[in-house]
Amino acid sequence: MSAAEEIVTEAPAVEAVPKRAMTLGYGTSLVVLAALIIIPLFVKNFIIFQMTMLLIYALAVMALNILTGGSGQFSLGQSAFYAVGAYTSAILMEHAGMNYALTLPIAGIVCFGFGFLFGQPALRLSGVYLALATFALATAMPQLLKLGYFEQWTGGVQGLVVTKPDAPFGLPLSQDMWLYYFTLAVSIAIYLASVNLLRSRSGRAFMAIRDNEIAASAMGVDVALYKTLAFGVSAGITGVAGGLGAIAVQFVAPDGYTIQLAISLFLGMVVGGVGWLPGSIVGSAFIIFVPNIAEGISKGLSGAVFGVLLFLVIFLVPHGARQVAIVAQQLAAKLKKN
Amino acid sequence: MELFANQVLAGIATGAIYACMALAVVMIYQAIDHLNFAQGEMAMFSTFVSWQLMQWGVPYWGAFVLTVAFSFAAGIVIERLLFKPLAKAPILTNVAGFIALYAIINSVAGLIWDFTIKQYPTPFGSSPFLGSQLISTHQAGMIGITLLMLLLLFFFFRFTRVGLAMRAAASLPESARLVGINTSWMIALGWGMASAIGSIAGMMIAPVVFLEPNMMLGVLIYGFAAAVLGGLSSPFGAVMGGFLVGIFENLVGTYIPGVGNELKLPIALALIIVVLVVKPAGLFGRAIVKRV
Repeated sequence: MSAAEEIVTEAPAVEAVPKRAMTLGYGTSLVVLAALIIIPLFVKNFIIFQMTMLLIYALAVMALNILTGGSGQFSLGQSAFYAVGAYTSAILMEHAGMNYALTLPIAGIVCFGFGFLFGQPALRLSGVYLALATFALATAMPQLLKLGYFEQWTGGVQGLVVTKPDAPFGLPLSQDMWLYYFTLAVSIAIYLASVNLLRSRSGRAFMAIRDNEIAASAMGVDVALYKTLAFGVSAGITGVAGGLGAIAVQFVAPDGYTIQLAISLFLGMVVGGVGWLPGSIVGSAFIIFVPNIAEGISKGLSGAVFGVLLFLVIFLVPHGARQVAIVAQQLAAKLKKN
Repeated sequence: MELFANQVLAGIATGAIYACMALAVVMIYQAIDHLNFAQGEMAMFSTFVSWQLMQWGVPYWGAFVLTVAFSFAAGIVIERLLFKPLAKAPILTNVAGFIALYAIINSVAGLIWDFTIKQYPTPFGSSPFLGSQLISTHQAGMIGITLLMLLLLFFFFRFTRVGLAMRAAASLPESARLVGINTSWMIALGWGMASAIGSIAGMMIAPVVFLEPNMMLGVLIYGFAAAVLGGLSSPFGAVMGGFLVGIFENLVGTYIPGVGNELKLPIALALIIVVLVVKPAGLFGRAIVKRV
């Protein structure tokens, strides 16, 4: 086998997902949306808080999904972008007294810039090297945040306390409930924008790069631009999620954004199905609830249970929740026929 | 000038830690073309095994040999059970597998031996080496062991049939299969050797950083940085990279004000990114030429 052949037959880093398979149909979307709107009306505040976190992590997982499932690049460093977003929001709210809602777009823009710049060196890297560089970014982030130079802004090791916003216009909602609906609105907006992005010219360019970089560049896609752009968009969305996370948790501290978070987000994407945007919410549920369940099974072994579950997912349903959804759909179709 | 010489010497001493780890990283990269993110945890687990053996009264070198043998076997078992079925899967799936392995080993070690910091003995003693305050006999011994491992690896790959077969399987798997090499077992062997080298690295590092389940994270990042700097395709480069990273770290800490221990990881990050961007093949690695 010659070297040239080997390049052509080399397995792609990420499996190709046709863009039609990336989203849900209208009917299912509406059912999910209705569930997300109605459920909080009937549950306790703590569960509402957990659902808020569910949406926030789903956003972050989806951001990674756009990067990996869309443009075929890895990142084990999403926690760094999440942290930058969270700190941007927290600093603007606490030091500049800005309205919480206004800090989110700024967090998004700052992270877009950061991601776009980080995408520049990442351009030269692929596959495992990129995983390595982003892994290093994620491990270095907490130390950078603790740095003495920025302490007057970031609060150093202590972190910053963020005030939770009240419902505006005198609406009769509790703080948690208001924040939940606010997060839901932001999430839906970003989800719709992402779906449209992937259906657009830029989205097609991402996917062309994912499937075959050489062919894409031959067809006139500016590979460097679109790869860094994918990094930027992904970082931007993660930044908004980070900002929302800071508001929901009411606290930012360097040790909240360790490599553990980056790994969780990565796992969320794998579990939800790479390249399937609605899977993000399934993946997010996995990373929020499964550690709790694992702790319930065995306190000391929660990490091990988590790892074993992940192996089960890899071996049994390598396409994650997408595969489960497809099987369910086929079953439903069969039942209809009978 | 004397400060400079001293710092370089101290840097070589710390560099030996990274060199050990980098050697294991390169070993696995040679065999499977992936970086194993669980490498550090595997080394940590092996070190705990040797510690346990010593608690049970096995003498140091006995425990050392048993641990290396155990790690070698464990590496092969892990490959056969968990990663052989993933050989054809996308890289993404493999990375997820490494992370799952990382979580499992870390948590199991924490459960068995808990998270308190433990002292770990050294066979070389810790008195000053040749009257120098900067480098202890343990660090000198560690450098010696690293160089010895490097030499053994060189002979293994250069002069033995198995070593040659492993190189063939790594560089051209298709052709290697045609001449009758069992490439699948060569990969398993690579895992075993990487795991064994990692265990030696762990046992050498433990007296310096102390034994606990999270001891390896920082070391692994520096090991990655060293391997990348030296070139991922070259064991010699990895060891040199380790020493260079150690020296670099010490010099930066000495001469640039405001850079202390708190910036340790960002320095490694910067180093990895700069090397990957400027010279992706590393200082001693072969550049991979891709035909389009």
